[in-house]
Amino acid sequence: MVLTVDGLRMRYGDREVLHDVTFDARPGEVLALLGPNGAGKSTTIEILEGFRLRSAGRVEVLGVDPAAGDERWRSRVGIVLQSWRDHGNWRVGELLHHLGSYYTPYKPAWPAGELLDAVGLTPSAGQKIKTLSGGQRRRLDVAIGIVGRPDVLFLDEPTTGFDPEARSEFHELVRGLAAEQGTTILLTTHDLDEASKLAHRILVLAAGRIIAAGSTAQLTELIAGEDEVRWSVDGQAFRRSTADSTGFVRELFATYGDAVRELEVRRASLEDTYLTLVREQA
Amino acid sequence: MKTGWQRGLIELRQSFTNGPELFSHFLWPVLMLAALFFLRHRDFGSTGFLLGALALPGILGMNAAMGMVSMSQQLTADREDGTLLRAKAVPNGMVSYLIGKVVSVAGGLLVDLAILLIPGLLLVDGLALGSAHWFTLVWVLVLGLVATLPIGAVLGSVFTTARSQGLIQLPMLALIAVSGIFYPITALPGWLEGIGQLTPVYWMGLGMRSALLPGEAVVVEVGQSWRHLETAAVLGLWAVAGLLLAPVVLRRMARRESGSKVAERRERALRRVA
Repeated sequence: MVLTVDGLRMRYGDREVLHDVTFDARPGEVLALLGPNGAGKSTTIEILEGFRLRSAGRVEVLGVDPAAGDERWRSRVGIVLQSWRDHGNWRVGELLHHLGSYYTPYKPAWPAGELLDAVGLTPSAGQKIKTLSGGQRRRLDVAIGIVGRPDVLFLDEPTTGFDPEARSEFHELVRGLAAEQGTTILLTTHDLDEASKLAHRILVLAAGRIIAAGSTAQLTELIAGEDEVRWSVDGQAFRRSTADSTGFVRELFATYGDAVRELEVRRASLEDTYLTLVREQA
Repeated sequence: MKTGWQRGLIELRQSFTNGPELFSHFLWPVLMLAALFFLRHRDFGSTGFLLGALALPGILGMNAAMGMVSMSQQLTADREDGTLLRAKAVPNGMVSYLIGKVVSVAGGLLVDLAILLIPGLLLVDGLALGSAHWFTLVWVLVLGLVATLPIGAVLGSVFTTARSQGLIQLPMLALIAVSGIFYPITALPGWLEGIGQLTPVYWMGLGMRSALLPGEAVVVEVGQSWRHLETAAVLGLWAVAGLLLAPVVLRRMARRESGSKVAERRERALRRVA
């Protein structure tokens, strides 16, 4: 396992923000921590990054407790935080090259030029970082996060402020990392669509608890709301919610035959069930 | 180690290639040189020494001591914008960050001193410049930097925002006022003279005077001596204290940095602007 989290708890004063969070991740797996704001996503990821001390529970990243991770461990972990605005006076290529050199005692870093190409920043290589647009800045952050070819990558709300095109390019990049480099990726997002596009497995976090976990299909099944079937017979419209829409429709034809018109089956969307779930917790 | 050096050199180059910083590099030296220009023929009391000659080494000493302030300011700024957190996120980043900071601040300071010293030497009469003098200049400068930069780093980690950082400017100015930089400390009331002599600023000024003034000028100093031994001792004490304290304080501060802390400070800063 690349990530092991078992019974993780976090308390600030007498306010408990994480209750008994448990999950793990295999090599090359993309995991999405999905949840509304304030659910504890950032706290969880900061504990895994070694930036925050937990109150209780067992946490291992690459077999090491992040609170005790040394520099070698650090060199295997890539981090992209929510909001960076550091190194404003540095030039894009210069910073990427410089930060890459920190990893060379451990492994060959990704050449800055190649990496800039991969994130589409080559035209801005000579620009000062503070002059980048929000989306460009974010892509640079991702580039810095992966310059040391990490075994595990943490992405905290990576696509906030992206336009749809930048978002889909970014998704492409993340999928490529996991598939080609074997990087294990944990990302947080409050966007269900993003989670289901990117992740092999989604962990739904609400009010400090994981309330559901699984692939998009599993989640849909697990927390499935009922499908909605609409039809009409003799000009009269009907509507029915059912867990077994296929069986119901077969039944329908058996009974009414050709009289069934305007048939429409709407599968329960994950979006609906996710919102219901989160609302139940709040 | 190597990354730290590279970092320092890149930052140093940046500080001389952007407008506002370049301006601040030249502003003080030019103002000081202007003051020296008008003082250059004025005598100091009845001693027969030129005031300009007495003031130049003091100004150099003060400039060097100001490295403490810029160190602490840069540290606070880097903490606010997440540069420090970035250092924490890469292997050996904190060590490289600190080495880089020392290299860039010390390097910037040396350039500032040269900007001041070279025209100053042409402008002011009555300075003494033998090889022994240069030797004194160098050791006072080096020891002075080792004494003040770690203290600056400690101050920088204590203050969390650029705004609270402004607060340390006032005591610094007070310190400079009582440190005998502009006027011999012997002219101050006894208790102020005592306080002044606790600061590294005073000793750096004294060391600079001993390096650049002819031997006879010693009569205006405390005890009519350059007190090289005491200079080394006091600066050395500050250096030891700073070097012991700085890693502890810095580590403590760095441990507390996280993404949400940086985001939080950013929010607060934005609210202030709005």
